[in-house]
Amino acid sequence: MDIYLPIANLSVNALVIILLGGGVGVLSGMFGVGGGFLTTPLLIFYGIPPAVAAASASTQVTGASVSGVFAHMKRGGVDFQMGAVLVVGGVFGAAAGAVIFEILESLGQIDTVINILYVIMLGSIGGLMAKESLASVRAVRSGKPVAAAKRRHHPLVASLPMRWRFYRSGLYISPLAPLILGFITGIMTMLLGVGGGFIMVPAMLYLLGMGAQVVVGTSLFQILFVTMASTMMHSLTTKAVDIVLAVFLLIGSVTGAQIGARLAQRMRPEYLRLFLASIVLLVAVRMALGLGWRPDEIYTLQAL
Amino acid sequence: MNRWPALFLPLFLFLFLLPVAASAQNIPKLVPDVSQRQIDIQSGFTGAEMLVFGAIIYPRGVAPQGQVDVAVVLRGPARSVTLREKQKIAGIWVNADSTDFRSVPAYYAIASSRPLDQIVSSKTAAIYELGLDRLQLSPSGEVDAAEQRRFVDGLVDLNRRNGLFRQESGTVEITDQVLYRARLNIPSSVPVGVYTAETLLIRDGRVIVADDNVQVRIRKTGFEQLVTILAQDYALFYGAMAVLVSLLLGWFAGFIFNRMG
Repeated sequence: MDIYLPIANLSVNALVIILLGGGVGVLSGMFGVGGGFLTTPLLIFYGIPPAVAAASASTQVTGASVSGVFAHMKRGGVDFQMGAVLVVGGVFGAAAGAVIFEILESLGQIDTVINILYVIMLGSIGGLMAKESLASVRAVRSGKPVAAAKRRHHPLVASLPMRWRFYRSGLYISPLAPLILGFITGIMTMLLGVGGGFIMVPAMLYLLGMGAQVVVGTSLFQILFVTMASTMMHSLTTKAVDIVLAVFLLIGSVTGAQIGARLAQRMRPEYLRLFLASIVLLVAVRMALGLGWRPDEIYTLQAL
Repeated sequence: MNRWPALFLPLFLFLFLLPVAASAQNIPKLVPDVSQRQIDIQSGFTGAEMLVFGAIIYPRGVAPQGQVDVAVVLRGPARSVTLREKQKIAGIWVNADSTDFRSVPAYYAIASSRPLDQIVSSKTAAIYELGLDRLQLSPSGEVDAAEQRRFVDGLVDLNRRNGLFRQESGTVEITDQVLYRARLNIPSSVPVGVYTAETLLIRDGRVIVADDNVQVRIRKTGFEQLVTILAQDYALFYGAMAVLVSLLLGWFAGFIFNRMG
């Protein structure tokens, strides 16, 4: 079933897009991540222009995270105060990202920067996750429980001026810390089409020291609003949001997410994390190789 | 003194206009057409095949001795582009060099009854821009001829592999020296705009007559057109729509699956 994408200006197989969204959806349902970090590169491999891929993937993440936010809200798993600070940071980050995007595009370096950012980000996060999950798998095998890390925010966070109480998160820290965190993930969302959950969650746990019960919900809350903002930014600046592409991705991913959530209940969490870590590392390695290999196209065209 | 023009006029007519009229009689006339004057891009659009056909009307209805050849060209609107070239720098491939072209056709397909280099001289080919290596792309910025050649070749090669530039020989069928037809493929990634179909009648290495009066309009219609217009001209509304659609789909799916348990 071929479908014409009016913004990407090319015809794709709708089934491939739905399956792609579905596959990413299964993973995002299993791990509670948006899955944008897989959607964007996969779309680029499939031949969608990078700008359209990133813009439409961020639109898709909005839809993929909305039901999760509702679910976490019902359970009281969202710290709205923390979420609001993160969103404000994220929206400014998305705006800064739009400017960076435009500059890089006019320099012709946007593709390379997207690739390098992916390699660095996925490589480091994937490596950390793999190390952590291997340790816990080994601990489970040997029957020794891992000593739970003491929940504490990073000394750097503690040194920031002006402190607010975040009751739900159980924190008394400077709002500048989540503001900066939100800002950085906002840039990522704009440039890479990722929600940023896989940066946000570890950062909330290990840098801010937030209570685990509100981490995922608050991260999803931030992702929901920041991907909405970045869809708007892309619509206004790059004009690269392909709504047809986003809808087909969503049809796949929302279905996949439900399947993934059910699968996740049957799997041991430490193996699940190891599995996610290996996928993340695999994408990072593929993208790193892509940078070094001679590309199929040496030349690229840009309309003036 | 005023009589001079009156005297010269008949002479003038005899010397100049008569041969022109006579040769006009000897020049065949082309009656070209295409299978579609308009191509609509809709949701199922996977590209199109265009039939360029027509008739050659010879003076006094007699086809000349010897072989005639026909070339047909379908050409999209010209636009300015930047071509970037990747080079391996510090182990990774990055865009390093670039050059601007001021008139690159959005699409260019040429079909001929025999290989172009067998039917026209290189001078004629250059004048009529026949063939992918003869396109006048107006590169700017590069002074070095070799470097300019490299960029031109890169541009043509890129477009050829994307299916936007094509050159085929032996694909124009000529029946009884009078009727000709050729099929040109148009990929789904074809840019919109007004295209020109040109037919050239070639004999003895020269273009005898050329006709480029047939135009083809390629446009998006219906939903695809609406989406493009909204995205381009009503960006704020389009963005809000995209967000809303995404939210609704996500919420709706969650709702359905919750009901299913």
